[in-house]
Amino acid sequence: MSELLRTPLYDLHVELGAKMVPFAGYDMPVQYPLGVMKEHLHCRAAAGLFDVSHMGQVILRGADAAEKLEALIPQNVLGLAEGRQRYGFFTNEQGGILDDLMFANRGDHLLLVVNAANKAADIAHLKAHMDGVEEITDRALLALQGPASEEALKSVVPALPDMKFMDVALVDSAFGELWVSRSGYTGEDGYEVSVPEATATDFAKALIALEAVEPIGLGARDSLRLEAGLCLHGNDIDPKTTPVEGNLIWAIQKSRRTGGDRAGGFPGAEVILDQLDNGASKKRVGLQPEGRAPMRAHTMIYASEEAADPIGEVTSGAFGPTLNAPMSMAYVTTEFAASGTRLFGDVRGKRMPVQVVDLPFVPNNFKR
Amino acid sequence: MKFTEDHEWLKIEGDLLVVGITEHASTQLGDVVFVELPQVGSDVEKGEEIVVIESVKAASDITAPVDGEIVEVNDAIVDNPSLVNEDPLGAAWFFKIKVEDTSVIDGFMDEGAYKDYAG
Repeated sequence: MSELLRTPLYDLHVELGAKMVPFAGYDMPVQYPLGVMKEHLHCRAAAGLFDVSHMGQVILRGADAAEKLEALIPQNVLGLAEGRQRYGFFTNEQGGILDDLMFANRGDHLLLVVNAANKAADIAHLKAHMDGVEEITDRALLALQGPASEEALKSVVPALPDMKFMDVALVDSAFGELWVSRSGYTGEDGYEVSVPEATATDFAKALIALEAVEPIGLGARDSLRLEAGLCLHGNDIDPKTTPVEGNLIWAIQKSRRTGGDRAGGFPGAEVILDQLDNGASKKRVGLQPEGRAPMRAHTMIYASEEAADPIGEVTSGAFGPTLNAPMSMAYVTTEFAASGTRLFGDVRGKRMPVQVVDLPFVPNNFKR
Repeated sequence: MKFTEDHEWLKIEGDLLVVGITEHASTQLGDVVFVELPQVGSDVEKGEEIVVIESVKAASDITAPVDGEIVEVNDAIVDNPSLVNEDPLGAAWFFKIKVEDTSVIDGFMDEGAYKDYAG
């Protein structure tokens, strides 16, 4: 087994008493002494700081970068205004999702943030289709999430401009040039901040020193994103699920759909556009178990207590600390995907009732 | 109080054994969010999985440490699973089991041996 990689904040995590675990090839904090439950609740009540430096930061340069990226993803890149960010996904020829990503228009180039587990493959995929692909390896990436984020970030970065959800900006600070986006993975208002490696620890310490800010590990990051209805690539979406099946239609802009001025032209367009027009056979939904027992990933879902054949499978499941109840995401056959449908999950050999519910489980709190 | 290799504690109460999980186990589990206890009146065999604990991290099983009959379970930890983290050695006992001979407890580790075992 190869050596685990460390982010620039590794020593700080250890100093803070984090429990470290391997994640996507990195030695990452799964929780701090506060514990998953309290970290989660703190993030929703005030602000949480996450080390997401394991994720890939990639710059695409060149006059035709937006056009070239549009050939790999079903999003409108050409129409994205400068200073704005959008959610997207790389697709394969079968219409499956190779990875999901954020991309931002920063004037003379695009900045992408991709998942840690897929970043090598994503970069190879990009390089195979365009020139001017540059992986950023000398910067950490931190996320500050929660209702107190704006005030907290402003207090250590006085030059922070007014930004709304999905705005991006370059900001001068005592920690060097920050690449800031108002976005995140918790359903809360907040920021993701790319900071030079050399000053990353000082920046993190300055934030944690604030009353409102606690460091948050991967454990709470997962329960926060699940409550917010957000997908984890590799669990809830993967190369075998399409964006239509994944209930991510909202992320495919009109210009790339049938009848749009740049319809299709991305890998798997035939499959995805056909599903957009005619529907898919399965769909990602939220499931609310009626009892207190969480239904975790790979729990099989049945239409009745007696049915022999499953009609779905859980892809993520946990207890929601803010929801104060268990919650799951699952793929179910489309005829059973309507909100309010009562289904059954097999938990340790017992059929436990669940309801199909609208996502998110906990309302989003973005600064629109 | 005696301790099992599965991080349970046992103590004698009359002709019963009271069983719970150790502080070490509750810390390792993390925040407990769900507990399922065995049926009162059920006969259980040593090694049988009779309790399910779900924490924010994962599901774990607890096995019966001895053969016997479950005569009482602690509904307080079903209603309030966080009690398992707050007071694992006291208020958060799991079940009481009737055994043929309470001296069966002598086969388990004492506190010193358990501390060495759990590290």
